[in-house]
Amino acid sequence: MIEFKDIEKSFGEKQVLRGVSAVMKAGQCNLIIGASGSGKTVLMKCLVGLFEPDAGDIFYSGDSFNAMNTEARKALRQQIGMLFQGSALFDSMTVEQNIMFPLDMFTHNNYSDKLKRVNEVLERVNLTGVNKKFPAELSGGMKKRVGIARAIVLNPKYLFCDEPNSGLDPQTSLLIDKLIQEITIEYNITTIVNTHDMNSVMETGDHIIYMYDGLKEWEGSNKEIIFSKNQRLNNFIFASEFLRDAKDMRMLEAKGKIDNDRNMDELLK
Amino acid sequence: MTIFTEFGRYLLMLKGMFSKPENGKMYWKEFMHQCSEIGIGALGIVVIISVFMGAVSTLQTAYQLVSPFIPKSTIAQIVRDTVILEFAPTLVCIVLAGVIGSKIAGELGNMRVSEQIDALEIMGINTKTYLILPKIAAALVVIPMLVVISAVLGIWGGRLAGVLSGILSESAYDKGLLQFFQPYNVFFALIKAYTFAFIISSIPAYYGYYVKGGALEIGRASTKSVVVSCVMILFSDYVLAQLLLDSSPS
Repeated sequence: MIEFKDIEKSFGEKQVLRGVSAVMKAGQCNLIIGASGSGKTVLMKCLVGLFEPDAGDIFYSGDSFNAMNTEARKALRQQIGMLFQGSALFDSMTVEQNIMFPLDMFTHNNYSDKLKRVNEVLERVNLTGVNKKFPAELSGGMKKRVGIARAIVLNPKYLFCDEPNSGLDPQTSLLIDKLIQEITIEYNITTIVNTHDMNSVMETGDHIIYMYDGLKEWEGSNKEIIFSKNQRLNNFIFASEFLRDAKDMRMLEAKGKIDNDRNMDELLK
Repeated sequence: MTIFTEFGRYLLMLKGMFSKPENGKMYWKEFMHQCSEIGIGALGIVVIISVFMGAVSTLQTAYQLVSPFIPKSTIAQIVRDTVILEFAPTLVCIVLAGVIGSKIAGELGNMRVSEQIDALEIMGINTKTYLILPKIAAALVVIPMLVVISAVLGIWGGRLAGVLSGILSESAYDKGLLQFFQPYNVFFALIKAYTFAFIISSIPAYYGYYVKGGALEIGRASTKSVVVSCVMILFSDYVLAQLLLDSSPS
């Protein structure tokens, strides 16, 4: 579980985060959504320790991040896996070397044990036979899967995903979402996903935080988001006419006026 | 950003490099990799420059020494001292600032903008220690070796040009090489090589590590790192000459 309280962060005169608090539970996909510039990436970077918050505290399984010394932070970081927007694979290394890198750095296992673990995680992300390929030879979706494999190779307790669907087609996006969700449940990881993708929100959003202008504007689940009356959230989520229609249909469905789309013809008359 | 802020951040980067490695074997592997990248990668250009540098020195010195009272072996003496004192350490290091410096700045800059440095940080690795220290250490080991190779090849290139063009015989050249030789000059050249090696590796590492933006900024950082390195090499060349040659035993 990750809990953060009153996180504030400024860059010069600009205050990007203005006291954000939330509790992210293990075994579920915790999503941070919001428009560009709302502060979600800065919040994630504060959570993983890439930025030092100006105020507030972060608790990893109850332990204060502020109170940790350098060694304790290093140890904690070995329990964190992160999938980056651009995958952040090491260009000069093969897929196998990329995934083996954390094992090389932090374990004393022999090569065959490390290779076994690499193949295990590659199989888990449904990617086999690419061990000797370089990142430049992979498609966007494959790179993301290698990124996930590298993030989970040390069995992390916390998984952070920064826009995992950016640049992917809807079908591949869905596969990546499902994979993140399955891994989260399977290993009981605390997963935090930073996303713009509305499919992800609806499919995997067990717990959603909507950020607006550096503040937490709304909090709930993908089931509650449909019925939210928050105007800013609705403007963000249901930005297109198509999505607004979909929301209306869901609401009619919930009120029992339509039975999914089976009696749509009758209703349209 | 003022020059003082940049210099302060550069010093902090150097200070940040010194931390306990997470895994000594991996750091050693990276150090050896950098030695190979810097040493083998730049060897070709060093060989070519050095031979031609020595050859041209011989021809130009002979062109200027027109007096019949000056023995031909003097040409070899002048070529030897010029190559050891200035050409091998300074000229070669200025070329290396372009070859190695742009490579280091480009590599680190690309790692920064593609979030590879962030990925290493999140794994719990001190990126300054893992990415910068092996590069500087490798440069300090390999560049003085390249300077020694350059000096030898430069002198040999001068001999080759002298003999092929008929300016002086092999024996005259060899005789000149041995006359009034001061081992202190080699020591001075090595001091310069170590100083320049540090400049060539640390300044581009600074510009690459702290790059912000995209491909354009990586290019700019790379160019700036080479320009600043060259200026610093020339400045420290002057300072070292002033400090060390004035107090030399000659």
